[in-house]
Amino acid sequence: MNRRGRSLLALLGLLLLVLPSVADNYVLSLATLFLFFAYTGQAWNILMGFAGQLSLGHALYLGIGAYTSAALFSHFGIGPWAGLWLAIALSSLAGVIIGFLALRFSIAGVYFALLTIAFAEFARIGFDHFTWVGGSGGLFLKVLQREQIDLLNLRGTPTVFYYVILTLAAVAFLACSWLMQGRAGYYWQAIRENEEAAQALGINVFRWKMLAVIISAAMTSLAGVFQAFYYNNLFPEQVFNIARSIEIILGPIIGGIGTLFGPIVGAAVLTLLADSATELVAALGWDLPGLKQLIYGVALFLIIVFLPHGIWPRLARTLKVPQ
Amino acid sequence: MTPLLTLHGVSKSFRGLRAVSNASFGVESNGLVALMGPNGAGKTTLFNLIAGVLRPDGGEIYFDGKRIDAWRPDQVCAAGIARTFQIVKPFAGLTVVDNVVVGALQRAANLKDARTRAEAVLTTLGLSAKRDLPPQTLTLAERKRLEIARALATQPKLLLLDEALAGLRPTECDELVATMRDIHKREGIAILIIEHVMRAVMALAHRVVVLHHGEVIAQGAPAEVVRDRAVIDSYLGEDATL
Repeated sequence: MNRRGRSLLALLGLLLLVLPSVADNYVLSLATLFLFFAYTGQAWNILMGFAGQLSLGHALYLGIGAYTSAALFSHFGIGPWAGLWLAIALSSLAGVIIGFLALRFSIAGVYFALLTIAFAEFARIGFDHFTWVGGSGGLFLKVLQREQIDLLNLRGTPTVFYYVILTLAAVAFLACSWLMQGRAGYYWQAIRENEEAAQALGINVFRWKMLAVIISAAMTSLAGVFQAFYYNNLFPEQVFNIARSIEIILGPIIGGIGTLFGPIVGAAVLTLLADSATELVAALGWDLPGLKQLIYGVALFLIIVFLPHGIWPRLARTLKVPQ
Repeated sequence: MTPLLTLHGVSKSFRGLRAVSNASFGVESNGLVALMGPNGAGKTTLFNLIAGVLRPDGGEIYFDGKRIDAWRPDQVCAAGIARTFQIVKPFAGLTVVDNVVVGALQRAANLKDARTRAEAVLTTLGLSAKRDLPPQTLTLAERKRLEIARALATQPKLLLLDEALAGLRPTECDELVATMRDIHKREGIAILIIEHVMRAVMALAHRVVVLHHGEVIAQGAPAEVVRDRAVIDSYLGEDATL
């Protein structure tokens, strides 16, 4: 990255660091949402953007992370910092099972995507009847005083949650850029571009694909842990819903698949877009159901039509920074 | 000379079609062997059997003293066999140099070593000036060179080249033949090449193996093989000009 790029990145970092001291709670909640999707988008991008495996079921890993940590907390009083390890382990296991099935039976491309959807749907239906964690009625975490900060149990003010997700997003960004500059980045891109040629050059395709699945799943499950303690309620119909998986992947797709900044830019644009659509509908006073979604959809459509490679590659050229 | 690669009675069928039938031959550790034969003779199938893409139905393949016919392609590559594809398969999203770095990472301890190795290989193949370009912008001759560069970067003992000269203009062809001979001599790498261009085969190969309907019908020095009755009847024709 050139100097210009580094200074712009530093500026963005600084802006995000001081945001809570200037923003009100509403803006802070928007920023938290933005970072949440920047983080999950980054995790998904490892699998799709780097290694070329399309997952449409990332809600599965999100849900496993959320339910594991929430169940440990509500049933046994085990805090999220201990619970997240089990969350990582279980979602990695789910990733291994899906990855193994896909690779063992050569399920690739759209069929791999269908497999990931199927597993997320199994989980949604399964958790609907899993009464130990509330079934379809939902699982609720005890909400303490919001002003009381208890970092050990991840309870606190919106500012606390903001900084937690900011840290996650920043670490994910750094981890991804480190991965991309190393052997893993080269191997994943080789596999993405041509699996047969990659294998002929000595790359163990199975092993490296599995690694991508596991890293992606583990990262996504951490977002799930965050989600559980941020919202304090979990419903299978929401958590494992395919709409959730789509929400995760929209950011990197809009921002630029396979790029480091794509998921961040995409998440920012989507968050602002959703909010502007709401504001616009409110300002116009048109209380039509679905209008907000319609505006959102049309805007997405326009972005995809005019920037098929995502916003970031175009933006990078404008800013004169490398992608 | 000790054989580096040995095939013992290797066979492969696809739904009853005998693509390769009881093929036996070897490549010495400093050998330069050409595999010839008409279209559909089973040459590429034989390559895929050696490279681990396909498993033989019968027979054995030994490389460097180890039996490799049940190995995966990446294991075969790690053992020291690198191959190119008849239809070039560059990594479109990576620059020319990064394409070669992927190959170099096979033996390099770290990325820095891999880059050094990749740059050296690009120089050997005459692609240094194109290092930062996407492979789609290269000419066919350059893409064939990139294919070889990537394979060479894995530091093989044996290079399998599948029609590396096909589709090239005569001058490009001669240049690449010179490069191949250079790689063979300077780096001491054995080469097994599938080739139709007779002029190149005569200039390059120490030994020729001719396949027809999946069977080895002749092998020997190039000058002998082109006079072989079976080879003339099945492949070259009476008035083949060399």
